[in-house]
Amino acid sequence: MEIGLNHYLVLSTILFAIGLVGVMRRKNLLLLFFATEILLNSVNIAFAAISHYYGDLTGQMFAFFVIAIAASEVAVGLGLLIVWFKRHGNIDLDTMTSMRG
Amino acid sequence: MFEAIAFYLFAFLTIVMFYIVVTTKQALYALTALAAGMIFISAFFFILGADFLGAVQIIVYTGAVMALYAFGMMFFDSTRDIKEKQGNKFIVVGLATLAAVLVVVIFAAPMVSENIVAFYPHVEGVGNTQEVGLVLFTKYLIPFEVAAVMLLVAMVAGIVLAGKKMDLSLTLMNAEEIKEAEEKNKKVLS
Repeated sequence: MEIGLNHYLVLSTILFAIGLVGVMRRKNLLLLFFATEILLNSVNIAFAAISHYYGDLTGQMFAFFVIAIAASEVAVGLGLLIVWFKRHGNIDLDTMTSMRG
Repeated sequence: MFEAIAFYLFAFLTIVMFYIVVTTKQALYALTALAAGMIFISAFFFILGADFLGAVQIIVYTGAVMALYAFGMMFFDSTRDIKEKQGNKFIVVGLATLAAVLVVVIFAAPMVSENIVAFYPHVEGVGNTQEVGLVLFTKYLIPFEVAAVMLLVAMVAGIVLAGKKMDLSLTLMNAEEIKEAEEKNKKVLS
């Protein structure tokens, strides 16, 4: 039972699908952010696995940059969420319809 | 053999944790399950020999990002049950599966079609951390600096966005002052 690259890619696919389901069915913006974290993490697994099985460090480098981007996204996103919550008292997607025609 | 056991164990645990994240109705359960899933994902990095990436995963994701979410949740009423979209479930699951398969095809197509040659192959006789340092500070120095600037920008944005009206303390004010501050807040924000 040798674990190959395909095992990791399949696992990454499953996690990515879970994250996509989360993005599509969640209404609460905080939990939508959680689902995007799942997406980023699943891609990180794929990067690390490809990096290992091809003997190339580029995949790990890109995983580092993905982590950095995720961290800054959380900082800005939570700031915006807090501003929105102070203004409107909830963070549901359905209430954010101020731009409808 | 042990690699296989560890892979299947952590794969199962990660999938269960992330499934809890996307299905639970309690925001706190989702937060805790997500933190656990991040730790389990770092196990894959250790299995794959990417030790430094695993440590960074634990420190940055579980230590920083999850703590930031936990602090952010203090601003929201996270005890309330979360409403969910009442859509067609088959469409949602089908679209998610389709998109995920598409992503894997995008990943796998170049590898199947041709043999990839390693740009920055493993150096003999040094550990993973030294290798990462060698590549990061020679080939990827500019992206590294750009990422540092981006993190600085994100920090400033976070302070500016979340730090408004933080000089008021509700516990130190009496009821009239709180009401007055609320009125003023409404006027400024609306």
